[in-house]
Amino acid sequence: MSSIPSLKIANLAYAYPDGHQALYGVNLEITKGEKVALLGPNGAGKTTLVLHLNGIIATQQGSVSVAGSVVDSKNKESLKHIRERVGIVFQDPDDQLFMPTVAEDVAFGPFNSGLRGAELEKVTNDALSKVGMLEFRDRPPHHLSFGQRRRVAVATVLAMSPEILVLDEPSSNLDPASRRELAEILRSLDVTILMVTHDLPYALELCERSVILSGGVIAVDEKTPDLFKKTELLASHRLELPFGFKL
Amino acid sequence: MSALLFVIVVVATPIQNLVAYSLFFLILLILIRLAKLPYRTVFIRSLVEIPFVLFALLMPFFGTGPKVQFLGLELYEAGIWAGAGIVAKGTIGVITAIILSASTSAREILIGLEKLRVPAPLVSIATFMLRYLNVINDELGRMKIARESRGFEERGLRSWRILAQTVGALFIRSYERGERVYLAMLSRGYIGAMPKLSDEKDSKLAVALVLPGAAALVSITTGVMF
Repeated sequence: MSSIPSLKIANLAYAYPDGHQALYGVNLEITKGEKVALLGPNGAGKTTLVLHLNGIIATQQGSVSVAGSVVDSKNKESLKHIRERVGIVFQDPDDQLFMPTVAEDVAFGPFNSGLRGAELEKVTNDALSKVGMLEFRDRPPHHLSFGQRRRVAVATVLAMSPEILVLDEPSSNLDPASRRELAEILRSLDVTILMVTHDLPYALELCERSVILSGGVIAVDEKTPDLFKKTELLASHRLELPFGFKL
Repeated sequence: MSALLFVIVVVATPIQNLVAYSLFFLILLILIRLAKLPYRTVFIRSLVEIPFVLFALLMPFFGTGPKVQFLGLELYEAGIWAGAGIVAKGTIGVITAIILSASTSAREILIGLEKLRVPAPLVSIATFMLRYLNVINDELGRMKIARESRGFEERGLRSWRILAQTVGALFIRSYERGERVYLAMLSRGYIGAMPKLSDEKDSKLAVALVLPGAAALVSITTGVMF
């Protein structure tokens, strides 16, 4: 079982339609159950990489495979399957939560994979309890705090029981308490996680392994505590630990 | 639907049928009671009707045909009936709409539209509008604060250029948000069909027909009797 990696990216290259090249051959392998931080300065192509993972951006060169199956954005059937297994939590929860109530939003993904009735209800409630938001199930998203919306956004993806959970800047705009609550939730989940972030302490807290995407390639791939000791290496990729933070 | 049919029946009833109109108002009073709405709220909200009432009040002064004397004024009979018709029908329509909107949440109205087989894309658009109206409104509020923080005053013709640019920026932002939302939908397996807002099978057609049915009954029987 564990021999098949949750995610395997091989020689992935991508250029925008305007010719600007964002990725120059990315190689990355994540084994099942691993929690990995994807670090990188602004504009390093992190979001572009993330959108490749479930075929929203079509692979131009190289390959992406999730739990052994190749992401092929031309094959509608396989794409449907891939999107059930790769759960992406976007940065702005207002983009992610588009249905009138929390419960309907969480049910959106499982509904698309064909669940109905009592089963749909159960999956929805389970996902909401995992993030501690069950009591808010019938509330409209705009009545929730930002931290609560972020948690619901995580639930919308958990409801699909993904093979790998991809989080884009999960700690951005959260107050310290919401940040810690989300960390506790993420740590409690038994799922492979790829976390895109600039928040180095958060990466250290949650991910045993970190990779740096810089200049369109994976420039560094190390154990998080070891990497964070190398101040100069971090600085060469425009990354630095916050003031007063020593390892 | 019930509300719409009720209003249609009312409008179709000739205004000369005063008994029917008294009964229509009685029905509405009962409905307000049933919906547990405060009469004050209903009254205040129905004030939107005032411009139409003013127009209706003018009608007896202009017209043709036989005239009647009233408080020393010469009024046209046809005008009086037409004016009274506008006021009565208008008031009933407004109060019906108020009862509907006050007793039913926006969400339930959407569910209602869905049950009435309004095309799914339209229901989806209305659903998204409901969800994002607040988001966009907040955004507009933030832009306003940002403008004023840098000394902008919303006055005179000159500020129009800035306001127009704000609207343009808001449009672009909303458009881009729309794209991000669509990506988020695709990521969760969206393939073109939105989930139904409710999975209730029975449409409660009988219940929905009670109100317009009662009105039709009133209209016809009183029409025959008087």
